[in-house]
Amino acid sequence: MGKHGLVVRISAAASALVLGVSGCGSESANPDSPSPPALAGVGPITLVTGKDFSGNLQHQLDEWNGQHPDQPVQLIELPENADAQRQQMVQNAQTRSDAYTVLNLDVVWTAEFAANQWVVQLPEAEFPLGSLVPATVDTARYFKRLYAVPMNSDGGLLYYRKDLLDAAGLTAPKTWSEMSADCAKVLPANPGVSCYAGQFEKYEGLTVNFAEAVHSAGGSVVGEDGKPTVNTEAARRGLSFLVDGVRTGEIPQKARTFKEEESRRAFQAGELLFQRQWPYQYAKAQATDGSSAVAGKFGVATLPGLSGPGVSSLGGHNLAVSAFAKNKRSGLELIKFLTGEQQQRANLEKTSQAPSWASLYDEPALVARFPYLTELKKSILGAKRRPAVVKYQEVSVAIQEAAYGAMSGTTGVDQALATLQGKLDALTR
Amino acid sequence: MTRRGSGRLAAGLVSPTLVVLALVVAYPVISAVRLAFYRREDGIDPETGLIRAGERFVGLDNFAEMFGGDSTGRFLDALANTTTFTLAGVSLEVVLGVLMALVMHRAFRGRALVRASILVPWAVPTAIAGLLWRWVFQADGVANDLLPGPPVLWTTDGFQAWVAVVVADTWKTAPFIGLLVLAGLQVIPNEIHEAARLDGATGWRAFFSITLPLVKPTLLVAVLFRVLDTLRMFDLPYTLIGPGKEATDTVTVLAFEEAVTFGRFGPASAYAVTLFAYVAVVAFVFVRLLGADVLGSRR
Repeated sequence: MGKHGLVVRISAAASALVLGVSGCGSESANPDSPSPPALAGVGPITLVTGKDFSGNLQHQLDEWNGQHPDQPVQLIELPENADAQRQQMVQNAQTRSDAYTVLNLDVVWTAEFAANQWVVQLPEAEFPLGSLVPATVDTARYFKRLYAVPMNSDGGLLYYRKDLLDAAGLTAPKTWSEMSADCAKVLPANPGVSCYAGQFEKYEGLTVNFAEAVHSAGGSVVGEDGKPTVNTEAARRGLSFLVDGVRTGEIPQKARTFKEEESRRAFQAGELLFQRQWPYQYAKAQATDGSSAVAGKFGVATLPGLSGPGVSSLGGHNLAVSAFAKNKRSGLELIKFLTGEQQQRANLEKTSQAPSWASLYDEPALVARFPYLTELKKSILGAKRRPAVVKYQEVSVAIQEAAYGAMSGTTGVDQALATLQGKLDALTR
Repeated sequence: MTRRGSGRLAAGLVSPTLVVLALVVAYPVISAVRLAFYRREDGIDPETGLIRAGERFVGLDNFAEMFGGDSTGRFLDALANTTTFTLAGVSLEVVLGVLMALVMHRAFRGRALVRASILVPWAVPTAIAGLLWRWVFQADGVANDLLPGPPVLWTTDGFQAWVAVVVADTWKTAPFIGLLVLAGLQVIPNEIHEAARLDGATGWRAFFSITLPLVKPTLLVAVLFRVLDTLRMFDLPYTLIGPGKEATDTVTVLAFEEAVTFGRFGPASAYAVTLFAYVAVVAFVFVRLLGADVLGSRR
């Protein structure tokens, strides 16, 4: 059984490899053409996305199907885990399958999918890019060409225990040192509450938190010219915020096991005074069915930074058209439909997902319903993307390695960053 | 029918099997070995940002990187983890598995229920078991509630993560050894036990002089299976602890990361081929030294 299993595993890997290799063999479009090739083909299409928790996506697609009976769209839901989604999309591309038409890509995948020509270049003139949040549109470009259109956005927020701060006569902190000072005032009277946590398990979330810390200290991970810049004083201060937090106990030790959901449970159980988290937590923490101990007791603010407001990492998803799809024109039209103002508004109202349409953040009626929109807009407008590099996965793993080692105390901050700089230099060469 | 004729007929009859074996075993293995000597082009066109397509032959570079390059540290760590998981895990499983088999072999009321419940862990898919144990070992999980002292962060990198994987693996697979040993116990005729009892052998003596030697052939095969299985352990470290942890990454986890996450099939194949060779050597030594009768040729 043992040996046989190994063989089966290798054979599975090998067959994937063979397909992958044959998949890289030919060039589809002329890569030098400045304007995108015209997209043709009208007919049935698919929309491939991670698990849709809101349940609203199918409603949107039903509406499209009603309007376009000749080009129905079928929803293909992939697992919840982002890595698993990416793996399936990559495998679909490597086998040159036409099963996927429109891909819902995480913002950090654009470069990889574009450089491998797994998605096609899109005609900019056909989309109202000017009405979308500019930072989100940037994530959809690669080498100045548009490969996707922002479907929704996401930005980190500082969740804080308003009840505890109010009791001490404090307001939400703007800087890390204010946050420390607030903790020193509030925590002694509240045993069992820790100062701050984010997502520090060794996974993509740690890359997000590391990039935020570095950007919030005025540094960058990869500079404008595409060269890594982590062996700098600013990056050192950013990482030190996280490392010193763990060392002094302001960040509880167990936060090193936190992903989004673990940190959400800790905040909802009332174990944290401050927490870095995505907007999705707002509705859950506000739930009054007994699942949250902090309903009505918390507020949100922009992330704090070294000497002023901090910088969030930009999250969100973009829609792209698979290079191997048959009905690319229909796919393009579906993207227009889903990223249009009407659907963006309806989706926000039903799911509270952050839209990519800029004006929605300022509508009084929507702000009244989703009080975090104002802070979220600030967060997204000031947000910086994670490195837009083709080898993003390797870059992200290298960042996680450095940050995780430094936060667990096995490597010094300087050494971790020097090693990281070397790795990133090699990966972005 | 002549002897030659029947030989030809036999060859004709097994040929479909041989073709299938060639397709699903020989071809993938050869293909994986070939890939270990190639690497994907990853240069980027400075004008368009597009990746240059194709792959190139790199000779032993992929292996050189493992045994004397940038990834040497991680590879040796993973090899050590793979080996120590196997030694510690299989030892624990043998002791517990034999105990389980002895319990299941006894005649008592509710035996069917005990047998069924002992086998439940074996029936749980490993990846699911990994998630269940992750729940047990999380910072405010059951494990920390039951243990005295400050909470242990089981899923963070370090020796505790290694322990967590061994515990979960033992829980999961001791029943497998128990099941095979039970089968071995059931073919030992009762007369032998009765004769031993008449001769005055009791308890430990009967176990070590009668039961264990008679069950040894079955036990060795079970242990061999477990050793080969554990050497390619993937699901538990990956789901319970997560990838990228020095203390629990196995060679398979590295191969998976290279192939699936990074899309670098060359280095991934090099890892897989090396592990394949390692497993083959271990199996060979096991069969030769301990005389595990895998093919049943001595019956």
